[in-house]
Amino acid sequence: MALLNSLEELDKLKQELLSRKDPNKPCISICAGAGCIASGAGEVIAAFEAEIKKQGLSARVETKGTGCPGYCQRGPVVVIYPEEICYLQVKPEDVPEIIEETIKGKKIVERLVYIDPDTEEKATLESEIPFYKYQERLNLSNNIKIDPKSLDDYLAIGGYSALAKVLFQMTPEQVIDEIKKSNLRGRGGAGFPAGIKWEGSRNAPETTKYVIVNADEGDPGAFMDRALLEGNPHSILEGLAIGAYAIGAQEGYIYVRQEYPLAVENIGIAIEKATEYGFLGENILGSGFNFKVMVHQGAGAFVCGESTALMTALEGRAGEPRPKYIRSNIRGLWEKPTVLNNVETWANVPMIINKGADWFTQIGTDGSKGTKIFALVGKINNTGLVEVPMGMPIRDIIYKIGGGIPGGKKFKAVQTGGPSGGCLPENLLDLPVGFDELVQAGSMMGSGGMIVMDEDTCMVDVARYFLNFLTDESCGKCVPCREGIRQMLKILTDITEGKGKEGDIELLEEIAEVTGTAALCALGKSAPNPVLSTLKYFREEYEAHIREKRCPALSCKDLIAFYIDPDLCRACMACLRKCPAGAIVGAKKQIHVVEQEKCTKCGTCFEVCRFDAVKKISGEPVPPPLPEEERTLTRKGKE
Amino acid sequence: MQEKDLIPVLERIQKKYGYLPLQALKSVARELGVPAVQVYGAATFFKQFRLNPPGKYQIEVCMGTACYMAGGQVALDSFERRLKIGVGETTPDGEFSLERVACVGCCNLAPVAVVDNVVEKNVTPTRVDGILLSLGLSEENKENKENSNAQGK
Ligand SMILES: Cc1cc2nc3c(=O)[nH]c(=O)nc-3n(C[C@H](O)[C@H](O)[C@H](O)COP(=O)(O)O)c2cc1C
Repeated sequence: MALLNSLEELDKLKQELLSRKDPNKPCISICAGAGCIASGAGEVIAAFEAEIKKQGLSARVETKGTGCPGYCQRGPVVVIYPEEICYLQVKPEDVPEIIEETIKGKKIVERLVYIDPDTEEKATLESEIPFYKYQERLNLSNNIKIDPKSLDDYLAIGGYSALAKVLFQMTPEQVIDEIKKSNLRGRGGAGFPAGIKWEGSRNAPETTKYVIVNADEGDPGAFMDRALLEGNPHSILEGLAIGAYAIGAQEGYIYVRQEYPLAVENIGIAIEKATEYGFLGENILGSGFNFKVMVHQGAGAFVCGESTALMTALEGRAGEPRPKYIRSNIRGLWEKPTVLNNVETWANVPMIINKGADWFTQIGTDGSKGTKIFALVGKINNTGLVEVPMGMPIRDIIYKIGGGIPGGKKFKAVQTGGPSGGCLPENLLDLPVGFDELVQAGSMMGSGGMIVMDEDTCMVDVARYFLNFLTDESCGKCVPCREGIRQMLKILTDITEGKGKEGDIELLEEIAEVTGTAALCALGKSAPNPVLSTLKYFREEYEAHIREKRCPALSCKDLIAFYIDPDLCRACMACLRKCPAGAIVGAKKQIHVVEQEKCTKCGTCFEVCRFDAVKKISGEPVPPPLPEEERTLTRKGKE
Repeated sequence: MQEKDLIPVLERIQKKYGYLPLQALKSVARELGVPAVQVYGAATFFKQFRLNPPGKYQIEVCMGTACYMAGGQVALDSFERRLKIGVGETTPDGEFSLERVACVGCCNLAPVAVVDNVVEKNVTPTRVDGILLSLGLSEENKENKENSNAQGK
């Protein structure tokens, strides 16, 4: 590929790519995102390639391993173009039939399409499936259309036209004005307006400036940024280059978690290709603008997602945050003006430039514009990535898109904002998602984790879980965070272990206030959120643990006992054989009994019992076992 | 090479040896001209780095929120019990090492464990037995009997 040296050359290349592309040529897109790969997408891709070769169809049919379209729950996902037929949970055995029926015969393989669990209605096209229907996938919908390793694919959907537009038609100030007008707020944390951040850097007198992509995504249970990095890396690079032009930076860094090897690979390939074509490097598209991008792999530290800690790590030191007397857009990486934005923030930039701020501001609420990608996980029927317009009520996300709670269980809470976000109860389900709305309710947007909890989730244990995570991740530089989180964790652990006492709740609230006020960075400042929000909405669960030594969700190991209901036990020996502690006594036709002193509460018996005879109980004494002579099982009904 | 290359250099060393040998840390400090304490500080600060060799089979139990809620801790407890090691440790025979990781992004399969880079889904206590059996660790029931014999004595 020869370097593109002008706008005309870019247009010519695009024309050429489009004319070479036959819109009627069948293309089989198979999601190769992490979730689908774990469900066996690799084998499915191989099976398609082999079958197409075997049948001599290579010239007539295209296959693509693509980024994640979001519907992880039903992976591996396969979409067949041009019709956009969507097949779910495809296995390698299904491949010959798909080729025969759909590719050659233009017929639908009915058993692979979406079937609504309630109405049993079928949905053949991607756009008809409820999971997708209620979304507005400005960013994610491209993932299934392009091979992330191909720059030509990105160009074919209009890629790099925004970069060309700013380089040849807009001054840096106009770019900043457009972003400011769009009111694009950061997707990675606090929701700071991107345009204002950029303007600060633009106006800083220094000549060396930097732009950074924050792709550290350390929130447990969140993988939105990963999907964009893996599935559409050029959109991030394009946004970054536009930002660099706007503030006057010549160098950019992508700080990406090492735990995302495919993301590292795809972004690396994207940089290489973009440089080869002339979208990065010296004299981009002949415009005189120079910009190069480096990838830095994070080595696993949640706090390095914090902007100043990330910069410290980039400089080659342990990633500890620094005080922000002067903001990093004025004095950041190597003390130079630095604009750092989240992956999703950058990915929105080309769209805004192409379609305009006026278009963007039509989507969303007054304070929050555009769409937001959430990782919808936990006790939810449709686990996956969902992109919705800001302002959609949480209820719609959980029930219309997510399909509700599995197993007929009751909804209890939804947690947003990552480890230092908060848990919202049922009566806040109609809250519209937006930066300010979530903060007011005691949680936050964070980077977009949305974890649904049902009646089996103990809210005290959830708070303990997040504080345990944050204790591990606190860098230790400032005392309020290092000690405050540790002490809160200690109290929470005591409560979940049945050692809670009167006054604990008040002490928690006091420590939370100090930590939240005095910590150096947002990790410590927001660490009390999980405690305070669960205390606010689920105080009675704390009280049950403390006063009655009872875990209402039957989840805290030290407060529950396993008990075999003699009326339900069929004496099948399954639990007895499997119990690793040898704590179950009984025999064939002898009703089984858990010996409480020996039980380690590992839950194996609960898992293996097919008759629901193993029960968890809490806050009450375990019923005494049947006297031995009464344990012989008399088969009811059968004899 | 300069200070800013410290973390990439450590990453490359770990890629090659599977861990960061003490000797290597000392050489890095010398070569980059940074104090040894800064090298050691970075090596112990970041979760990714390990200072002891990993096992032949590396087991990583996901402790992301979705996995935790679906029983990730139960899975981790089971691995610990079966392998008789804690998190961050390697079995004395060098066969298995056990780690906890924060979210591998396969929440629909929760709880998951990554065993030698392959994602194992729905890791219940009995699945832990199955995984370890497939890696050549004999069943626990045998040990159990030995244990109960031992207790009987
Ligand atoms: C402990 C901690 C972890 C963070 N982790 C991330 C992260 O993984 N990704 C991210 O984009 N922002 C993260 N942030 C937020 C960043 O500090 C910063 O606000 C954000 O990246 C700015 O980009 P944005 O304005 O585009 O959101 C984190 C903040 C804190 C305090």
